[in-house]
Amino acid sequence: MSNDVVLIARDLKKHYPVRQSMFGEPVMLKALDGASFELKRRKTLAVVGESGCGKSTLARLVTMIEEPTAGSLQIAGEELADASESVRKSLRPKVQIVFQNPYGSLNPRQKIGSALEEPLQMNTSLSKSERQEKAREMMTSVGLRPEHYDRYPHMFSGGQRQRIAIARALMLNPDILVLDEPVSALDVSIQAQVLNLLSELQERLDLAYLFISHDLSVVKHIADEVMVMYLGKPVEQGANKDLFADPQHPYTQALLSATPVPDPGRKHQRIILRGELPSPIDPPVGCAFNPRCPKVFDPCRTTAPALTPSGNTQVACHLVTAGKE
Amino acid sequence: MADVTAQNTQKSWLARAADSDLWYSFCRSPVTIVSAILTVLFFVSAIFANWIAPHNPFDLASISIMDASLPPAWMEGSDPRFWLGTDDQGRDIFSTIIFGARISLFVGFASVIFSMILGISLGLISGYVGGRLDAFIMRVADIQLSFPAILIALLIDGVARGVLPRAMHQDLVFYVLIFAIGISGWVQYARTVRGSTLVEKNKEYVQAARVIGIGPLIILWRHILPNVMGPVLVIATIHLAIAVITEATLSFLGVGVPPTTPSLGTLIRIGNDFLFSGEWWITIFPGIALVLLVLAINLLGDWLRDALNPKLR
Repeated sequence: MSNDVVLIARDLKKHYPVRQSMFGEPVMLKALDGASFELKRRKTLAVVGESGCGKSTLARLVTMIEEPTAGSLQIAGEELADASESVRKSLRPKVQIVFQNPYGSLNPRQKIGSALEEPLQMNTSLSKSERQEKAREMMTSVGLRPEHYDRYPHMFSGGQRQRIAIARALMLNPDILVLDEPVSALDVSIQAQVLNLLSELQERLDLAYLFISHDLSVVKHIADEVMVMYLGKPVEQGANKDLFADPQHPYTQALLSATPVPDPGRKHQRIILRGELPSPIDPPVGCAFNPRCPKVFDPCRTTAPALTPSGNTQVACHLVTAGKE
Repeated sequence: MADVTAQNTQKSWLARAADSDLWYSFCRSPVTIVSAILTVLFFVSAIFANWIAPHNPFDLASISIMDASLPPAWMEGSDPRFWLGTDDQGRDIFSTIIFGARISLFVGFASVIFSMILGISLGLISGYVGGRLDAFIMRVADIQLSFPAILIALLIDGVARGVLPRAMHQDLVFYVLIFAIGISGWVQYARTVRGSTLVEKNKEYVQAARVIGIGPLIILWRHILPNVMGPVLVIATIHLAIAVITEATLSFLGVGVPPTTPSLGTLIRIGNDFLFSGEWWITIFPGIALVLLVLAINLLGDWLRDALNPKLR
């Protein structure tokens, strides 16, 4: 069972120094402030939250584009913080990423075939013809036709491009695929196709997905576990059906109430949040959600709540902790 | 839609070129067509000078002092063998212009390529690495821009002449000249490429390449460079004209190529001495050739800039 765990993150943090004036001391922007999770084979962890909550920073840490400021990240049993450069190099192929914008994620001057072969060229010693064969195989398995091999990205639609990006990410047989809002730039009809492709590939290739999204209906469809983030911190974490059935954190409740449901007769109780997302440079004291929370009470303004198990999920909210005691 | 793109890929590159916007805008501009024809003429005659020129002005056996200072063919006292007349040593002006244009274009091309390599590499590094290195390279560029290019070329040429032993001058003069003109022009390339690199490096395909495990040098070479080359080609075309003019200026001032292998600039300077003694054709014809060459290249460059600029379409 534990063999299925391919990535363990413990209290992962990323702070960026930001200089506000030319001579002042740099201030810390806490883009990600303590996230813990596990990724398992054939399971999807969805990370949900509004813009600026640290979703993409998380993706950059997991794919080793950037180093975490603090916390531990283990990929395939190797601790990244004290891994040597050669170990890092060997771990890189295991985590691959599919980006949000299929128009920016492919080099406009590179043919599809060459884009797919490049990962192999860099990381393996396969011959030209072997690489070509693998690329063509991968193209068929993501639903592209063989004659697409010699074309340039501008000849494809958004959905096809996203298939190419997925194919490129899979060329190195990764264990983990980070999907950074992979369908939010696509038409709804195409979204379904790409999501189905992703589910099918996950089954076939034993992949662990880290699925980043702000679209809850998509998350409900694809995720096994969900992590809701607010201002760099997870506020609620749990299994998909538990979290959607019984959201505990006021922020999760607000998010779920904002998801459109295709049922005109349904009574809709929308929780409207007041105010704006606070700046991560200067987060509110206590619970980061307190200025906007409809159920705010005294302890929220002084101490930050920790993630504690409640029901079937884990919640970081004083209301829940206090109610339980 | 899918069928249309399929057809496009199957056509030969020639058919696709004939289809392109660039070719369309080319055909619509008579000035561009004329300057393209002129440029091609200059290039062809420069490359095949040995076969096209009626005489070889550097073959001492074939020139005769008896033919010296003959006027152009349509004037009295001319010789039909020499269409544009001869200079004071009996060399055919038309042939010296062809050979001179060859040297001008060679020096121009070589220094443009030198500038491009230097400027593009520095621009890519500056944009991709950023930080102090970027600041340093760009300040050097700013400082260089505060001097006129011709002054820098003159300075380098002068220093090289002073440093190198006299015996080596003859052999190295071309390299010194190419270096001097080339180094005075890298700033434009570096600035343009740096700007485009700053845009490209944050695009997702570059990050995807990093996740795949591609090193920075290969990312620069294979992913960023092809995407920043568009504006560089436009600059290179216009820079070629500038380089030819700079070379002509240096040669006119007597610090360029030696009179034994004259470029257009050298020819103009030599002919200048005879202007007041009535042999105007020795300097005027090379001058016209230089103007035509530079004008044609400049007009081509201007057209290319407009044609590739999506805002002007």
